Amino acid sequence: MYFGLSEDQIFFQKNVSKFLSDHSSLDIIKKIADGHGESLQEEVHKGLTNLGIGSLLIPEKYNGLGLDLLFATAVSHSLGSGVAPIPFVGSYVMAPIAITYGGNEDQKDNYLKKMSENSIRLGVGFSEYIGAREDASITIADNVVNGRALFVLDAMGSSHVMISNKFGTIGIVDVKKDGVEIIKLITVDKTRSYSEIRFNNVEVDVLENTIDSSDAIVKSIDAGRIILAADSIGSSQTLLNKAVEYSKERKQFGRVIGSFQAVKHMCAEMAAELEPCYSITWHAAHAQKNIKDDSRLYACQASSHTSEVSKMIAKKATEVHGGMGFTDLMGIHYWFKRIGLNRQLLGSPELIREEAAIIQGF
Amino acid sequence: MDLNFGSEYELFSQEVRDFCIQWKGINFTDSKSSVVQNSKVTTKTLTRPEWQSILIEKGYFARSVPKKYGGYGGESDVIKSRIIASEFSKYNIPPPMGGQGIDMLVPTLLELGTEEQKKQYIEPTLHGKIIWCQGYSEPNAGSDLAALQTKGELIDGNWVINGQKIWTSTAQYSQMMFCLVRTEPEANKHAGISYLLIPMNSKGIEVRPLVDMTLKAGFNEVFFTDVTIPESNIVGKRGEGWAVANATLGHERGSLTDPNATMNRVHSLIEIMKRETIDGAKLIDMPIYRDRLIKIQGKVMAFQSNSLRVLSAKINSNQDSKLPGMIQKLIGTEIRHELEGFAIDVMGELGTLYEDSPNIRDEGSWQFTYMYYLGLIIGGGTSQIQKNIISERGLGMPREPKIQGMK
Repeated sequence: MYFGLSEDQIFFQKNVSKFLSDHSSLDIIKKIADGHGESLQEEVHKGLTNLGIGSLLIPEKYNGLGLDLLFATAVSHSLGSGVAPIPFVGSYVMAPIAITYGGNEDQKDNYLKKMSENSIRLGVGFSEYIGAREDASITIADNVVNGRALFVLDAMGSSHVMISNKFGTIGIVDVKKDGVEIIKLITVDKTRSYSEIRFNNVEVDVLENTIDSSDAIVKSIDAGRIILAADSIGSSQTLLNKAVEYSKERKQFGRVIGSFQAVKHMCAEMAAELEPCYSITWHAAHAQKNIKDDSRLYACQASSHTSEVSKMIAKKATEVHGGMGFTDLMGIHYWFKRIGLNRQLLGSPELIREEAAIIQGF
Repeated sequence: MDLNFGSEYELFSQEVRDFCIQWKGINFTDSKSSVVQNSKVTTKTLTRPEWQSILIEKGYFARSVPKKYGGYGGESDVIKSRIIASEFSKYNIPPPMGGQGIDMLVPTLLELGTEEQKKQYIEPTLHGKIIWCQGYSEPNAGSDLAALQTKGELIDGNWVINGQKIWTSTAQYSQMMFCLVRTEPEANKHAGISYLLIPMNSKGIEVRPLVDMTLKAGFNEVFFTDVTIPESNIVGKRGEGWAVANATLGHERGSLTDPNATMNRVHSLIEIMKRETIDGAKLIDMPIYRDRLIKIQGKVMAFQSNSLRVLSAKINSNQDSKLPGMIQKLIGTEIRHELEGFAIDVMGELGTLYEDSPNIRDEGSWQFTYMYYLGLIIGGGTSQIQKNIISERGLGMPREPKIQGMK
């Protein structure tokens, strides 16, 4: 019995963290957020794909690393911790899982192999399956897609996008095709990009096993939720670490503020809530392949519980920094905002809890 | 990640299950209804100490206590302990007797007691023949336990003890107390304390029950007036009592919260919400209650996963679980209190019914446990003390500076 990350997972995770601290400092994040860092961003992305983050979840048969979701969870902690300005959850987690479970043999051979060589990359737009806002909707009929996907993950710079209708049928579109319009959205989180995509009679390759079954999209979304939770945990850990460090340096009333119980208890509360988030998120990642009955419940609960805890940490850690926490100068807000966006992606906590209730037959 | 315990443990689980089936329906001649419920058909009747002996013989209790002190004489094994606890609870088999003597004094004596003390006390304690109470807290020494003032003076080869203890569970039927007493008034706060073993039938001891908010007398106050005991009734040396006591405090903190018991309460709550209605609608179908239920379920699941991580670190020496272990008391008691309180909210006015009221649900257990866990939030190191420990020892934050002139 061993409950935790393996030595391999920790080793890989440390490599990602080391790469980010060397190549993606807060100064670089700021440049990227201000829109002056496209080449720097490309460099970070390239470096991390060289480490292998792009093919973690692609089976070895298709030239990927064939690792499991817990491995990707470990990596996601590091990416969140360093507010890594790169695509991950859509392109490198949800897309390969959706194709692995939803594609026929030709589709898997085609897409997964190209993905593992980095010759194609996919954005993922499943918002209309999870819960369509405004009039966004996607229709797929006779291998043609129409409509509007409102919130597509990792679409900027990708060669293809994967979209779903409200039944969970998944199609893949080459973004260079006529009739595809990609509109960049501006969220509070400037470390990653999101898009609205409009389709006007565009040819689509429908993943064969998703025509009559939502299994593939459910697997893909559950994995995505776990990875976003892991990202928020990494972000929260950085915020907590920064708060503790700052509290040991900042003096008021003739003593470091970290010696005041009001401050200490805030930090203790953050730590006490955060540790179980790691535990349930690892458990959820492990459950996806190994625990049949509860895998969906674990994914939902890891996601919604972590969202609540991370929101609390984003607030309290900022408060520990006092006025400086509120400034752009200190940059605490990059983590605050990353957590804020993760919370809404693939379903906000209330929606996911309702899903958890339905899964249990309530 | 590997959640399997391996084939050795599967065999052990089977063995324990067979044992449970064999003893299902067991009843005791020497106990009140508190021990075994659901046993209307009773075929197996024996005394409590007899049951203890059977459990020790099988290695289901006192597993790592050496044979010569009345234990099983095996290796301690956290996985086996867990299997025993969970199978016993599944089959409603009474667990071995616990209590502060077994949970705290026995490990202390094994580590720091003299050979004579070990021989004299461990076996009868394990077999339920000596019941112990713990004399630590005092009216003016709660969170700041080391400020205790009960005085012990060595006079003519005897300790003479004067003072008062409080929050003393089981004092009314204990034969012995392990007690922290100030024996070196000149020494520093922590260096002036000794760990003494006091017979409760000594002259000069008065036990007064202390009724708590659940209206049960769960605690006592114990008064000492010139209580005289032999000099040899000390564990460790004079002035080393603080270290002796700390060798076992960790045991208490860990044992207050069982995530599986909390999850069983979640399941019971779900049953209530499926059964109870308001204006004809099932509570489980009402969005507000549903959302709060799932929210609490998520917290309990995270707590359960965290406990597995802590267990794993006990088995795998290369794994660090300092922080995840440190938070268990805080998180475990707070979640349970919240859960029990939510169940009362769900039942509304019916949730406040108590004792033997008409219309009562689940014998008032939600209201009782809601209050009882407030006691546990405070006892064994309050939540605020836990946060001090987490921030100082877990996160490396500085201690609160002392106010000048205060000891």
